[in-house]
Amino acid sequence: MKKVVIDPITRLEGHGKISIFLNESGEVENAYFQVPELRGFERFCIGRKAEDMPLLTTRICGVCPVAHHFAGTKALDAAFNVEPPSAAKKLRELMYVGYYIYDHTLHFYYLGGPDFVVGPDAPPEKRNVIGVIEKAGLEIGKEVIKHRAYGQRITELIGGKATHPVCGLPGGISKPLSEENRQEIEKMAESSVEFARFTLKLFHDIVLGNSKYVDLIKSDAYTLKTYYMGLVDKNNRVNFYDGKVRVVDPNGNEFVKFTPKDYLDNVAEHVEEWTYVKFPYLKKVGWKGFVDGVNSGAYRVGPLGRLNASDGMATPLAQEEYEFMYKTLGGKPVHSTLAFHWARLIELLYAAERTVELSKDPEVTSTSVRNPPGEPGEGVGIVEACRGTLIHHYVLDKEALIKDVNLIVATINNYPAICMSVRDAAKGLIHGGNVNEGLLNMVEMAFRAYDPCFGCASHFAVGQMPLIIEIYNHEKKILKTVQR
Amino acid sequence: MFWPVAIDIKYKDVENMPDKYIDVCFFNGGIRNSEQEHMAKLLRQKSKTLVAYGACAHLGGVPGLANITNRKEIFEKVYNGTFSTDNPNKISPKTKVNVREGELELPEFYDTVRTLDQTVDVDYYVPGCPPAVERTLFAVDAIAKGELPPKGSVLAPLKSVCDECPRKKENKKISKIYRVYEKVPEPEKCLLEQGILCMGPATRGGCGARCLKADMPCTGCGGPCPNSPEQGAAMVSALASILGLEEEKEKYSEEEVEKLISQIKDPLGTFYMYALPASILRRRVMRE
Repeated sequence: MKKVVIDPITRLEGHGKISIFLNESGEVENAYFQVPELRGFERFCIGRKAEDMPLLTTRICGVCPVAHHFAGTKALDAAFNVEPPSAAKKLRELMYVGYYIYDHTLHFYYLGGPDFVVGPDAPPEKRNVIGVIEKAGLEIGKEVIKHRAYGQRITELIGGKATHPVCGLPGGISKPLSEENRQEIEKMAESSVEFARFTLKLFHDIVLGNSKYVDLIKSDAYTLKTYYMGLVDKNNRVNFYDGKVRVVDPNGNEFVKFTPKDYLDNVAEHVEEWTYVKFPYLKKVGWKGFVDGVNSGAYRVGPLGRLNASDGMATPLAQEEYEFMYKTLGGKPVHSTLAFHWARLIELLYAAERTVELSKDPEVTSTSVRNPPGEPGEGVGIVEACRGTLIHHYVLDKEALIKDVNLIVATINNYPAICMSVRDAAKGLIHGGNVNEGLLNMVEMAFRAYDPCFGCASHFAVGQMPLIIEIYNHEKKILKTVQR
Repeated sequence: MFWPVAIDIKYKDVENMPDKYIDVCFFNGGIRNSEQEHMAKLLRQKSKTLVAYGACAHLGGVPGLANITNRKEIFEKVYNGTFSTDNPNKISPKTKVNVREGELELPEFYDTVRTLDQTVDVDYYVPGCPPAVERTLFAVDAIAKGELPPKGSVLAPLKSVCDECPRKKENKKISKIYRVYEKVPEPEKCLLEQGILCMGPATRGGCGARCLKADMPCTGCGGPCPNSPEQGAAMVSALASILGLEEEKEKYSEEEVEKLISQIKDPLGTFYMYALPASILRRRVMRE
């Protein structure tokens, strides 16, 4: 048997390693996606001050710190039994949708988009943001950099500091927003709506305008029929910051809708010896291994997960695009893994529209941003990180020190599905021992669609590791080394 | 450029480079497993200048708080002890595992988080979590112009966060310490003098006191000041000079001191949020 190792996978945040085993006729026997890192936040956060949790957990990841910050802050609201003033909730959400602008832009232009915009079989030195700029134009490059910076700036204005904000407190946030800063956000938000529309047009032209890409999106190699999960508002529309968790089955019917505090009735995690990350599954369906379908508890989160688990978007332009996507791809739910890219851009548009709405809301400059917390207890906070449903659960002692912690982090919800997607892509694309550059990239595309962040998943810092592929025979001798 | 998150760059390319081929390498992250150690050693060998970039590489960072525990305890908690884990056979990850199709390997998870300079020789440090934009610009500029301070320098001003903070100090004593959620601070006054624990006096500046501007205290990400390299000890000494009973006394009773000090919850996490591996404490004592 041959073994192909892709280690580590480039263009994803964090670090992963794919091992593909070929049988003697060169067909794919199985593939494993390993996460080689762990940090142990669940252990070393015990004994810390509860109010430090939104700071400590932002250090789980440099990509979605804002999500950890607010999942932690919301868990503290619940643990101290305090409801923040309406203005504080709006400011948190405003900062939060601003972070989506930053993050989804990063993914499309830097991480996942190059596969489509430049092309999946383009030479590797072109398959990056610079290649995207070459193809789409230098002006676009400037716009990309500008709008990513806008997202960071919104975090800084409300959160105190970009990347790792500090504003979250049980019962509110640390500081009101000034009128001057509100105006700055409004301007950035309006420009972001135009930018998101432009990005969708780019996607329509380059991807949907090319039947080869559309066929690829719809192909079996990239299809997985799973459950889907996401936060929804009271009208079952996508919400990033708050709401109930809704799960739909592989046929698109509502399976369960639960409030954050009931997550343990619905989600459990399975352990394997060959990776440092655990495998979440729907408790009521059960862990059935790496299989899809209605009898397997595997589910998917993130942009496509949220869109599938909802009945629509809460802003007009995003809703229009939502309807167009489902019409184009044959109705709900969409099971194509590569449709994550499209769903992500629909969310980018929603985030920008929602940033405009909130920045124009007169209440966001209210000075009433903190309510006094009650007695320390236990709390669960759930937000939608860009990469999916993020759960923080804290138990506090009577001095408000952390007694117990549980974290189910966005990307790991997708981990069972990512393993299956990688395996299925490998099986669909690699035949007769033919392992070339373009094929391996197309295997990697299966997981890049999820925008996986294994910095988060393993609660470990970004491993700055490049890529090597080694092919072994069944006697574990290296037959050849392939470089990407 | 070595930026694998955005660009497809090859590990073999780095291995095949002649020694000292890379002019400057900015290294993020602490060292907690065998693979990170390998990468640190490889990049040291291939780089003329190695910069520990950010609190994790510089001091161990927040993940360095794991030095209060060890691999065994972390594995027990993560793979067996959390609310949602279902692991009836009590298994945990192994460095070598035989699966049906062959053997899979994982890097070895160490007991202790180490800083970059506890692993390889480091030329410069860029502090902060994350480093302030101006710190990064300063470092890049100094390197480009070849105007670098002596090897081993932290590329930041010598002053403390307090020195950069716009809040007013009145040299007031405090008798009560508040948690951040217990008190809405007055906007322009020193947080420490309002009883909110702030690491500003013991933390190196260069960040523009950005957390203070958001009405939140400094938590120490810049690391220690150059003249008192033990950040926690420096903070304890700063507190000793400000903490006191309402009525000034020449000498406090042990009980009174105990009462004042017991208001500081989780001193380890508070004084060493980013710097435990780099401190003289380094880690909890391990006995096997």
